[in-house]
Amino acid sequence: MSESILDAKNVTMNFGGLRALNDVSMTIRQGEIVALIGPNGAGKTTFFNCVTGVYPPSAGTISITPPGKSPEVINNLLPHVVTEKGLARTFQNIRLFQNMTVLENVMIGRHARLKAGILGAILRDGSTREEEQKVIHDSYEILKKIELEKYVNELAKNLPYGAQRLLEIARALATEPFLLLLDEPAAGMNPKETGHLDDLIVRIRDTEKVSIFLIEHDMSLVMRVSERIYVVDYGQLIAEGTPAEIKRNPVVIKAYLGEEVNA
Amino acid sequence: MNKLIPELKKSFVTALWFAFLTFPILVIKVNTVRNSILWRWGNLAAVFVLTMALSYVWRRLLEKRARGERLFDLSGLVPAKLRGIELKSVFAQKKNSRAALAVLLALAVLFPFVAGMYQTNIVTTALMYVILGLGLNIVIGLGGLLQLGYAAFYAVGAYTYGILNTRFGLSFWIALPLGAVLATIFGIILGFPVLRLKGDYLAIVTLGFAEICRIVLENWNDFSSGPSGISQIDRPPFFGIKLSVPQSAIYLYLITLALVVVTVFIVRRLENSRLGRAWEAMREDAVASEAMGVNLTIAKLSAFALGAFWAGMVGVLFAAKTTFINPASFTLMESVLILCIIVLGGMGSTAGVIVGALVIILLPEYLRAFTQYRMLLYGSILVLMMVFRPGGIIRKVRKSYVFKADGQVEGAGHE
Repeated sequence: MSESILDAKNVTMNFGGLRALNDVSMTIRQGEIVALIGPNGAGKTTFFNCVTGVYPPSAGTISITPPGKSPEVINNLLPHVVTEKGLARTFQNIRLFQNMTVLENVMIGRHARLKAGILGAILRDGSTREEEQKVIHDSYEILKKIELEKYVNELAKNLPYGAQRLLEIARALATEPFLLLLDEPAAGMNPKETGHLDDLIVRIRDTEKVSIFLIEHDMSLVMRVSERIYVVDYGQLIAEGTPAEIKRNPVVIKAYLGEEVNA
Repeated sequence: MNKLIPELKKSFVTALWFAFLTFPILVIKVNTVRNSILWRWGNLAAVFVLTMALSYVWRRLLEKRARGERLFDLSGLVPAKLRGIELKSVFAQKKNSRAALAVLLALAVLFPFVAGMYQTNIVTTALMYVILGLGLNIVIGLGGLLQLGYAAFYAVGAYTYGILNTRFGLSFWIALPLGAVLATIFGIILGFPVLRLKGDYLAIVTLGFAEICRIVLENWNDFSSGPSGISQIDRPPFFGIKLSVPQSAIYLYLITLALVVVTVFIVRRLENSRLGRAWEAMREDAVASEAMGVNLTIAKLSAFALGAFWAGMVGVLFAAKTTFINPASFTLMESVLILCIIVLGGMGSTAGVIVGALVIILLPEYLRAFTQYRMLLYGSILVLMMVFRPGGIIRKVRKSYVFKADGQVEGAGHE
């Protein structure tokens, strides 16, 4: 078994009196596709937000081990620092830069990997110009991988819905992550687009050497692509296992379908 | 044709309403000396007919716009030979656009030698507002940070030169960068407390900040001479030679023009850089931009600082031009005026802001011929522009790229 790249230990998150996450521990290993499922309001997105630095968790530790590097705790880091370390995410409700072109959206994703500052921008010296040329080229290559290159100069808001979801993935990939966190990538997609997304997720994992952690409600997608599944309900981790195990797990079925009431 | 009757009916109702509203002021005239009332029914008829016609034309134009047609077809005025040539495609070529810019610049340089001192002075003011607009455009147009206290930085620059010049005899050329740098520092000072704020809240805090600055200047007599202001500030000398008033008007015009060119150059470069992209991403979605690795602290502070920089510089210019400054020049109205320039010109668009500044500042001057109707006309023109071109006079065009099959950039241009 390969080594772990993300370790969340006993993560708890309180919002005032509401405990959104209670003592949740998860591990992602190098090269895995892992799904996080659970009913609405179970705390899935909260967990993503804790990992990516949007909220610091109330208790517990989250640590990462970038491939070839030593482990480090990322609990209290700001989101942009977490991104620099190699975690990238997409959003459940699409958060593209609507009035910028598709290419510019991806170019923003390269931000943390570029160096030019104010002086470089004004003087536009050789290295800055080179960097700009390279970022345009690299961003276009990323769009090609996700098959969005035909929209390159289009405004993000004018894209069809499915393409907007894909652009979120492209933008996240541009940050050169080792772990990609996808928050409901298939939401609002039609079955054909979802099928296409299956292939894409597996392809990204295989060609980009990126591990994938996804939240998804579309069970067919989850069962097809993921190698392991975590299930949360009411902020608690209730099950973990392969898709086959999860399908048979009575606790999971109860969480999703409810319990029979005996009069 | 079947639409004509309801359309006319609508105009009729509008006209009726207007006639009713204006009845007390335009029709009844009470003479308190003779205790008589004069009924000016002629006015009523005039108002009625005029509003009915205007309302009809107004609605027709709006309809036309909704259908996406051009409001006024000017193609008949273009000579047949030139028809079919799109202006946009002519200027898309670098050679042509450069030549056009050079001609424009040459004309601008020659302008003060041809025009009188009055003309030179008002255009200098307009050019100052071009720089102010471009500076605030960094903060609002690109960064999306609604900043309503821009006049404070303008005041910092003006008072830097005013105080240092009258008390310590500091020259204009030293004060110019100094004022800009001091304003930048003020920009950063304001930036820190508002890092966590956005939208309306940010607007209120920046507004408060500007008011604090103005009130301090108004009340701290030892420092700023209070409301009576600072007078007899030196005009910039020409290599040590003191210029006469008309000469120095021309000189200041040329300095301002040069600074406009520098500003445009730098702002354009900033816009098309890593930092400029970060600003725009922050405007579009702060949470997402942070998740993409943009350091929001740096993005916000740099936007505030670089915006304030230009205001400080223009402040020094302003003090040198008017030779007198007092807090009344830096009220909230001033900030709002600069905001108007951006909105009217086109948010985020450099060319738009330049045109916006010229329109907003020069229009009231050239409307002076209409004496008492000046502000009425000015207001109506602004309203009309916003109704028919809500995106601004010149909208921002995003850069587009052409790629070869191997992914190399073949060319970049505007859509």
